[in-house]
Amino acid sequence: MIELENATVSYADKPVLHNINLRIAEGEKVALIGPSGAGKTTLLRKMHDLEPRRSAFIHQDHALVPQLSVFHNVYAARLDEHSTLRNFLNLIKPQKRDLNSIIEILRTVGLEDRIGDKVANLSGGQQQRVAVARAVHRCPEIILGDEPVSSIDPKQSEFVLNVLLTAARTIVVSLHSVHLALQLFDRIIALNEGQIKFDLVSSDVGNEQLQRLFSF
Amino acid sequence: MVLGAVTPNLMVLYDFRHAILSTVTFAFCGISLGICLGTVFAFLFRYNVVRLFCAFIRAIHEIFWAFILLPVVGLNPICGILAIGIPYSGIFGKVYAEIIQEANQRPLQGLPAKTNRISKILYGVLPVIYEDIKNYTSYRFESALRSSAVLGFIGLPTLGFHLEIAFREGMYSEVSALLYGFYLIIASLRFWVKPRFVIGYLAGSIILISKEISLSLENALRFFTHEILPWPMRKNGILDGTNELSFEFQELWEWAAGLFATDGLEGLWQTTVLTQIVLATTGILTLLSFPAISHHFIRTRLWRQLGHLILIVCRTTPEYILAYVFVQLLGPSMLPAIIAITLHNFAILSFLTGGNANLLKLRADAPRKRINCYLYEVLPRVYSQFQAFLFYRWEVMMRESAILGLLGIYTLGFFVDSSISDAQMDKAMFLIILTACLNMGIDSISQLVRKRLKVSIKLTTAC
Repeated sequence: MIELENATVSYADKPVLHNINLRIAEGEKVALIGPSGAGKTTLLRKMHDLEPRRSAFIHQDHALVPQLSVFHNVYAARLDEHSTLRNFLNLIKPQKRDLNSIIEILRTVGLEDRIGDKVANLSGGQQQRVAVARAVHRCPEIILGDEPVSSIDPKQSEFVLNVLLTAARTIVVSLHSVHLALQLFDRIIALNEGQIKFDLVSSDVGNEQLQRLFSF
Repeated sequence: MVLGAVTPNLMVLYDFRHAILSTVTFAFCGISLGICLGTVFAFLFRYNVVRLFCAFIRAIHEIFWAFILLPVVGLNPICGILAIGIPYSGIFGKVYAEIIQEANQRPLQGLPAKTNRISKILYGVLPVIYEDIKNYTSYRFESALRSSAVLGFIGLPTLGFHLEIAFREGMYSEVSALLYGFYLIIASLRFWVKPRFVIGYLAGSIILISKEISLSLENALRFFTHEILPWPMRKNGILDGTNELSFEFQELWEWAAGLFATDGLEGLWQTTVLTQIVLATTGILTLLSFPAISHHFIRTRLWRQLGHLILIVCRTTPEYILAYVFVQLLGPSMLPAIIAITLHNFAILSFLTGGNANLLKLRADAPRKRINCYLYEVLPRVYSQFQAFLFYRWEVMMRESAILGLLGIYTLGFFVDSSISDAQMDKAMFLIILTACLNMGIDSISQLVRKRLKVSIKLTTAC
């Protein structure tokens, strides 16, 4: 489904990813872990570039339009699938058929009562849930999430990650919480300094490997 | 005049209601045209030819545009609307493009990659820039009302037309009533100009003016293909009755060089001198006056509000009307122009600089004596913003200096006016283009100076 061969990415002559070889099969639930600056975001972006149409990307900073409502931000996930006229009409006044489907998605992340609110008026955690709802609304084959629950408390994080896990067959997310990664995902890829340090089934990941990963 | 100022004849506001309505409708239609064209220019602003075109059309004052358009479309609303709309489209093109450029790009990255351009603009650009665009455009509407009023001085049926007659006939009670009416319109803008009403107002304006529009395509064609072309190109055709055009570079060069050496050079010199004097006087007056509206210096709210009122009156009164009043009082010389342009510009800069001063939180060890506090605490902290505002206005001062020539001061406007009076549209066009070039030159120098001084202003500041 996603295959990277000797992938190398540099920013301003500074290498961020070195010779990454990776294959993600359909239906896999993968968590990327590693310290800050390990190359997780770059790897996710690289995957998104390979499959822009089939994947939905959840940005770490949400990349929402703060001046628009929750409805519009979620609706925007499928702008490319609708006519310009429909997009325009929805901007002026949300249309019933789109409104109903988006209410359903917002219900799953607990924001159905905030559908008309401006995103700028929401808290960081609520904004992150809007970003998740947007990714879900795209009905993608693959969800790529860059720290999709970083602003949400641990209890809600598990809930939101479960929403994501049921929304797409294949999912790759970067997470700071190793605990959540091991608990909810089948496969763990550990990155550091732009290289894959280990790529294991979650049940095979041990404390020693984790300590080595984060002690760099 | 003073007696007239305190005894306004308010009945004239009813008598001249059509002129008041025309002032507003011209401004509405003109600014709408400017917004539409300016939006297109903004999205094409990355092309140098569009940048240059915008710089050129905004460098020509609305009155000069009216002069150019009068022979083309005649003395009807279209002339006023185009005279406002054309330069404003250049202004909007530039400012909107800069707002778009400086807008947060992250929301765009959150949209699906294959989204079409229009939907991307609708969801990723317009919502982000809407507030800035709205604030800047509503400020510009106030300017458009001033421009519309001033267009009356050259014969269009707006407030300026009746103001000029009232001035000329010494009916100062009517003058003051018209001016107070104008202030009232400007002061009440925030109550009746709302985004949701704009379409209705525009439709109403178009219906109102559509009855008075008459256009002659033949006139327009003749103007562009004949009247504005240099005399040496038309001379032979006129003399032998064929009206054919001829092109001889030598003759054309001599015509242009001769014109430049006489009227052009004199006009350029006088305009530049006036602009530089005004730049200095505006700067000095602003530095002296901004404490009048700052709570750091004037503790009594009533006095500060009085300061604000004076600034609002000076800012709201179009510089052309101010100059007209001072020419009546002092006769045609550079002095009335200096006073008028200085008053208009210092009021804007003082309001902005005083506003900045009010935002400052004084340090705990700031000097207590007001003069020391001014010199050692507030002034150093607002000075770079003040410089940015001043140099930003430099180009506007030059435009105003040129146009005040119409009142008999020997700046470029004087020579343009004389050429039009002598029915020499080619000469007038040459001088107008010269004015535009001077303006673009000053704009470029101003940008360089601001870059050198490392000062900048927020694009949507009402400056």
